[in-house]
Amino acid sequence: MATDGRILTDEMVEAIRAYFPRYPTRRAVTLPALHVVHDRLRHVPLRAVVEIAELLGVAPAEIQDTLTFYGFFKQESPHGLTRAWVCRSISCALRGGEELMEHMCRRARVRPGQTTTDGKLTLEEAECLGACDFAPCVLAGETLHKNVTPDMADALLKQCGVTLRDVNTRTTSDN
Amino acid sequence: MDCEPVLLAHVGRPDSHTLSGYEAAGGYTTLRQTLRDATPQKIVDVVKESALRGRGGAGFPCGLKWTFLPQNHPGPIYMCINADESEPGTFNNRILMEEDPHQVLEGTILSCYATRASTAYIYLRYEYPQCLKRLQAAIDACYDAGYLGKNILGSDYSLEVTIHRGAAAYICGEETGLIESLEGKRAWPRIKPPFPAVEGLFRKPTVVNNVETVACVRHIVQRGAAWFKSIGVPPDPDNPRDIGSFGPKLYCLSGHVERPGCYEAPLGISCRELIERFGGGVWKGRRAKAAIPGGISMGLLTAAELDVPLDFVGPVKAGCLGLGTAAVVVLDETVRMVDFLHNSCRFFKHESCGQCTPCREGTDWALQMLERIRAGRGRLIDLDLLLEIGDSIGIMPGTTICGLADGAAWPIKNAIRKFRDEFEHTIRATNPHGYMATDPVPALEMHALQH
Repeated sequence: MATDGRILTDEMVEAIRAYFPRYPTRRAVTLPALHVVHDRLRHVPLRAVVEIAELLGVAPAEIQDTLTFYGFFKQESPHGLTRAWVCRSISCALRGGEELMEHMCRRARVRPGQTTTDGKLTLEEAECLGACDFAPCVLAGETLHKNVTPDMADALLKQCGVTLRDVNTRTTSDN
Repeated sequence: MDCEPVLLAHVGRPDSHTLSGYEAAGGYTTLRQTLRDATPQKIVDVVKESALRGRGGAGFPCGLKWTFLPQNHPGPIYMCINADESEPGTFNNRILMEEDPHQVLEGTILSCYATRASTAYIYLRYEYPQCLKRLQAAIDACYDAGYLGKNILGSDYSLEVTIHRGAAAYICGEETGLIESLEGKRAWPRIKPPFPAVEGLFRKPTVVNNVETVACVRHIVQRGAAWFKSIGVPPDPDNPRDIGSFGPKLYCLSGHVERPGCYEAPLGISCRELIERFGGGVWKGRRAKAAIPGGISMGLLTAAELDVPLDFVGPVKAGCLGLGTAAVVVLDETVRMVDFLHNSCRFFKHESCGQCTPCREGTDWALQMLERIRAGRGRLIDLDLLLEIGDSIGIMPGTTICGLADGAAWPIKNAIRKFRDEFEHTIRATNPHGYMATDPVPALEMHALQH
């Protein structure tokens, strides 16, 4: 990575600027700007925070303050190619949500919040996804997976390119 | 009393989310007629007369809230549509936005016309990507059709609508937390007064309304206040503060039932009727032990309380916080109340924004105590400590800026007070040698219990 290169591409800058006419202050574009960068880079590094701040005419500390308030945004390193949110709130917990998370963590060999070593998948705990009619559910990227059974979870993990760990014999099985 | 579906009338048809489908069913006729024949004040009046109460959780009278806007303000006036739906158990707004976005939009435009708002922001939670697609497509179609933008349908009224995407924070569902978040800051709620109608978004007069509330507005404007008041429960004549619970309501049903789903019924249906008539009964042939009446913040009804009418008054009489989002979650007889309460306390500790000490510290300590109880290190005195937290944090005891703390407190209060015997039994059984201890537990030791 070039030491004097910009992190925000022209496309990102244009995408952020497109929000300007819709708000009376540039500061209000903070959250949309964070999403623009986070959607593309899967995290918002500190240098991007500085560039966003310049674009919006606010102090970098103000962008950072907002970014760190929302646990949603990654900063240290990108999340996996797929970010899978497994709901842990009451309606999903009542229908096997916790067991589902345990199963997926075992299969992918990560703990909640962690990314697989090959960078394919991040497993996150979500609070109520608002899909209680289909509990337990998983939001993977933009796709909501409904009434997820362990077999469906395995299929989802394979779809994400994760090599499954066989639960019973404790050997790695290939897709 | 049964009624024809109103809010869900259009949902389920293959083209329900398209403009053509919506117009074919008569959509935007009300908007057209309103812009042609009615003043904004007339719309405010009909909504006030309907006694529509907000569907977002607080149940504040919508028309009354609109009258708090200053008269003759030079503007701009802002409308925020609260689409941050994050209350555990709740998903009715999701269904409305995914399956009938134009109903929501027409209601929004009518509400903005009434309140003379020039810009509306739909604050949409991050976790609803399908809603984002459908809503954005619907907004684009509205602009193309002249239902949004400058001089709507040739009238003097102009309106811009923008979707503002959230970032997975429950506190952004609080109206001033939403406003702070929209302004680009951390979502720390504001002390009220001043109320948003006086000083809100960008310090201008602002109204924040829930998705289902504005959907109701569309129907009230179309069919009148008398029609709206023919559905639901009239005010209790012995209660001067009860303005009635009128209108159709979307009830979410989830948890231990055969058929979880979103069901429409007149305000006032009971949990039992919801479970039996719509939900296919408690699942697996079991019995209900308890039910959340309106999203987890509202607390718990016991099995004996399942006939309480789910209107704006009934749950309060049964010791719950209120109707909330009318999201019913059923717990069957195999559920351990300590597990329920742990799940609730974990949620609120995670979502507390941290601004107010009683909530930030109280939700954290409550979770730590539940963790310790679940780990077999609980003491009977913990139940009293939990109740002390429950009774002291919140807007109602006057110790916090917003009502998240009240929502955190109510499940603690209801669960322990209504199921005290079970909690005591669990503690005695899992910690037979230590349940009687009353000495303070060193904080370090408690933290060591967490992974």
